[in-house]
Amino acid sequence: MLPASAKIPLKQLHRQSICIVRGNRKKDEESGTDVVEGTDEWNHSKAAVRPPDQLELTDAELKEEFTRILTANNPHAPQNIVRYNFKEGTYKLIGFVDQLAVHYTQAGNLIPKDSDEGRRQHYRAELAAGSQESAKLIISEENLEEDEEPKELEAEAGSQTDVPAAGAVEKVTEEEMMTPKQPKELKLTNQFNFSDRASQTLNNPLRDRECQMEPPPRTNFSATANQWEIYDAYIEELKKQEKTKEKEKTKTPVAKKAGKMATRKLTSMESQSDDITKVSQAAKIVERMVNQNTYDDVAQDFKYYEEAADEFRDQEGTLLPLWKFQNDKAKRLAVTALCWNPKYRDLFAVGHGSYDFMKQSRGMLLLYSMKNPSFPEYIFSSESGIMCLDIHVDHPYLVVVGHYDGNVAIYNLKKPHSQPSFRSSAKSGKHTDPVWQVKWQKDDMDQNLNFFSVSSDGRIVSWTLVKSELVHTDVIKLKVEGSTTEVSEGLQLHTVGCGTAFDFHKEIDYMFLVGTEEGKIYKCSKSYSSQFLDTYDAHNMAVDAVSWNPYHTKVFMSCSSDWTVKIWDHTIKTPMFIYDLNSAVSDVAWAPYSSTVFAAVTTDGKAHVFDLVINKYEAICKQPVVAKKKNKITHVQFNPIHPIIIVGDDRGHITCLKLSPNLRKMPKEKKGQEVQKGPAVEIAKLDKLLNLVREVKTKT
Amino acid sequence: MGETEGKKDEADYKRLQTFPLVRHSDMPEEMRVETMELCVTACEKFSNNNESAAKMIKETMDKKFGSSWHVVIGEGFGFEITHEYC
Repeated sequence: MLPASAKIPLKQLHRQSICIVRGNRKKDEESGTDVVEGTDEWNHSKAAVRPPDQLELTDAELKEEFTRILTANNPHAPQNIVRYNFKEGTYKLIGFVDQLAVHYTQAGNLIPKDSDEGRRQHYRAELAAGSQESAKLIISEENLEEDEEPKELEAEAGSQTDVPAAGAVEKVTEEEMMTPKQPKELKLTNQFNFSDRASQTLNNPLRDRECQMEPPPRTNFSATANQWEIYDAYIEELKKQEKTKEKEKTKTPVAKKAGKMATRKLTSMESQSDDITKVSQAAKIVERMVNQNTYDDVAQDFKYYEEAADEFRDQEGTLLPLWKFQNDKAKRLAVTALCWNPKYRDLFAVGHGSYDFMKQSRGMLLLYSMKNPSFPEYIFSSESGIMCLDIHVDHPYLVVVGHYDGNVAIYNLKKPHSQPSFRSSAKSGKHTDPVWQVKWQKDDMDQNLNFFSVSSDGRIVSWTLVKSELVHTDVIKLKVEGSTTEVSEGLQLHTVGCGTAFDFHKEIDYMFLVGTEEGKIYKCSKSYSSQFLDTYDAHNMAVDAVSWNPYHTKVFMSCSSDWTVKIWDHTIKTPMFIYDLNSAVSDVAWAPYSSTVFAAVTTDGKAHVFDLVINKYEAICKQPVVAKKKNKITHVQFNPIHPIIIVGDDRGHITCLKLSPNLRKMPKEKKGQEVQKGPAVEIAKLDKLLNLVREVKTKT
Repeated sequence: MGETEGKKDEADYKRLQTFPLVRHSDMPEEMRVETMELCVTACEKFSNNNESAAKMIKETMDKKFGSSWHVVIGEGFGFEITHEYC
């Protein structure tokens, strides 16, 4: 009775909107009270059936009325659209958003009557109708004839006239329909000869995609262009040109000729030497690589080889020969000086000259790198033999050399000249005898470079480089004590002592030691020019080298041609340790890594390495290092960081040797204690030794 | 003295205007050189008609370097333009 949609339990009614309830009630009213009651009951009974997930609500809640407002807004349309407004150059909110939602579109096929297509179709239809009519006339005539016949027949048939007439009419209509086809060839579709098959594939839903880019960056540009602007611009341009011309003029008169020559040379040489100069850097690297490959085993030894036999040789070490450096040009010149470069630890400088008084020839300064043992990095030659050299600590490209003729010179490695940058001369106070040692000092107060030199003429001179000129200052004149003789007129003649070596104290700046040919060592101060602070009767023959201990501030060492090496404490007049090496000792050097290790080289070609901690009385290594015994070793130097020493001989060869582990022993740590490193430890080490010796001395 | 100076200035002034001078440019070097040459050619060709010179320059620039160039030729004007830059 009631429509299915009305089967809504009372409780739910209140949640639905509007219409359905009314419809229900109306029906009830119409059908009468009886029915109403019945329906109510029925409804109630229906109401008893509740779905299990229905909300449970109280009566009050049930009676609540909810209003819903239906609007015509499209829920899918965006609520705030922002578009970039080019006129204002900002993003603007569009207030009115299109709410139209299209659910279904179909393209229809109605065309207006008055349009072109419409008129064409009408015309075609008329034509078709026209032909039909003509056909009709023909057919109708035929039919009339036909009709008469059947009518006659029909007259007989009687009641069946309708049907045959109808049938005839039908035929006629069919014929009508069929005949117009033939003249016009219009295929009219009917269910007897035409069948339509159609299918609809799934149309993918369409979706709009939009994207908006950032507007490209823009900038404004404005200016004025009129006569005076143009004029001003041109005047400015002319001025600029004039300025550049002036600058060129000031440069050209000086450099013009040189420039021309250079350009001419370049142009002529370019074709030939172009390639070589450009490839110089690469060629250098290749040369080093070739050397490394050739001396590959030596390089490996240098880096990694640790003498395994040292474990068995208690307290003895060896020197492993590594590279040999020599140069043809310096073949007959003795190595007179060796110095490691303080900055580039593989670079060292070698001074060549001659110790022979009679045969004096030229000198050479070569700088070798360990990376290229076959050829020196820098070559400088000089007229007089080089006797000593030193490299500046802060400016590792400045090398000062002292010559046999008493001159000193400074070479600048940065500049390509083969001539020294600065040279002393007879005018500027060169020494009158060979310069035996030179040492750089700290820059003086005016930031000028300065160095000291000592020579056989008894003068210790301080040279300062003032505005590209060497200025000398006599610091001390060495006097042989006790030899001042009085001449009648009251003048005092001093016999000048000849200085052969000196060394500056590491910490006490003004104090330095000078060794002389007489075998005495003087402790002097830079401030006192006539008096010595102390004198030590060191040796019987000329002192060849003096050297302060790098760690201990009181200890120094000296060696001499009287076959001895002596270690001193500068507060005590007698040496602490004396070593006799059976041959004239030409050079001695402390090791940079330990306060108790030093090396001495002798003229019989042997190198002696001592470690006072291990053995106070003997060398822990005595090894011949030069090929022929006739070669006398002249100098030795420790490398500041690598465990190697370089040894120069009087044939111009330099040999590089690696110290075996026993020679570089650090103090054994007691179990549990940390190994301490650093200068303090070294000093303490040496102190201990010295105390032992001093005690012995005091006892005796 | 004054006359000779005046004549010198004139001669200088005339010399001034013989070479093209760039006041402001943000073009790459090659582009700038080509453009300068083009401008000189155009102005010499259409020395009495700025409009056709500008037209020639604009069309050639559009063809060579891509669309939308604006060319203004004249001897007394002020301007303010907004342009894209990269």
